[in-house]
Amino acid sequence: MRKTLMAATLAAVAAGLAVQAQADPPFDPKDPKMAPFIAGAKRSGYTFAEPETRAMQDDDFTNPGFLWVEDGKKMWSKAEGKAGKACQDCHGDAEKSMKGVGTVYPRFDPHAGMLLTLEQKINQCRTERMGAAEFKFDSKPYNAIATYVKHQSFGMPIAVQTDGPVAPYFDMGRRLYYERRGMSDIACKHCHEDLAGMHMRTELLSQGMPNGFPQYRLKWQTLGSAQKRIRGCFDEVRAEPYPVDSLENTVLELYATWRANGLRVESPAVRK
Amino acid sequence: MPTPRVKMPATAAKGEIFEVKTTIDHDMESGQRKDKDGKPIPRKIINKFTVTYNGKQVFWSEWASAVSANPYCSFFLTATESGTVEMQWHDDDGQVYATSQKITVA
Repeated sequence: MRKTLMAATLAAVAAGLAVQAQADPPFDPKDPKMAPFIAGAKRSGYTFAEPETRAMQDDDFTNPGFLWVEDGKKMWSKAEGKAGKACQDCHGDAEKSMKGVGTVYPRFDPHAGMLLTLEQKINQCRTERMGAAEFKFDSKPYNAIATYVKHQSFGMPIAVQTDGPVAPYFDMGRRLYYERRGMSDIACKHCHEDLAGMHMRTELLSQGMPNGFPQYRLKWQTLGSAQKRIRGCFDEVRAEPYPVDSLENTVLELYATWRANGLRVESPAVRK
Repeated sequence: MPTPRVKMPATAAKGEIFEVKTTIDHDMESGQRKDKDGKPIPRKIINKFTVTYNGKQVFWSEWASAVSANPYCSFFLTATESGTVEMQWHDDDGQVYATSQKITVA
């Protein structure tokens, strides 16, 4: 009797484990469909996403991020500001001139003398070359033009530089990535390096690879930048987020993007 | 102004059943949220989606506040004759966003 009970308990435990294992989205590193989303041990957030979310990203039509790509395309040729110029007047055809640009940001900008994200670079171009007002962080045009530019590098491997003038920013980024913060007293690395693939409550932790930004998040019901996501992460671990475009947030974006070096640009990606 | 996007075949055989995929960028503000000052944000959603095929209504759908932002809707039509498929999204504020596509039935 006792034996049967124990066997039944064991069976129940085993069943429970099986159910839990099934809850994770399927991922087989040998699956050829996954090949574009893996680079060595690095895994894009795509491989941690539910099959339904992956399907949404795979089809350009169902991927809501393409609404922003299309908006950005229209903006590319639209003149704005005192100089009466559009992006196109200096940069020509975006499909040629912007190819690969999305793989190297954040990068050191010699003109500004500091590290700039792609969005910050676009705003610099607007104020200094076009004589136009900066786009407000997380506004529709801010995200649209950045997504359009980044999308021109779709499928190309991320390749941010960390040497030369970038080195001090990179070191700071690494320091912050490993620095414990907030009420949970944890650092980026705890979730995204040590515990990637495991659960934080119901949440499956990804490696935190930002190769799909700007990305459409179903939780946000809209598209957003890496800066916004990093702030969201800090909120989730009950730490005070660094201000938008602050040095801290920008070097963290640099460090996180460097971690994704070799993974392909997926912008606009779709995530949960 | 929201931009509708539509994907459907340009040609079809007579009697063929074809799929129409549609999406539109819209915030679908549910009316349940509050702004920073605690005041409710008024509801502003697309409440109705209608489709006509050569002027005749062939599909319509009523949407409520739980429908997600940038709503996606796909449906099937039977190719009866060459002509125009017109889609209209009706906003709470009375605006109508419309687009149409031609189909040739051989």
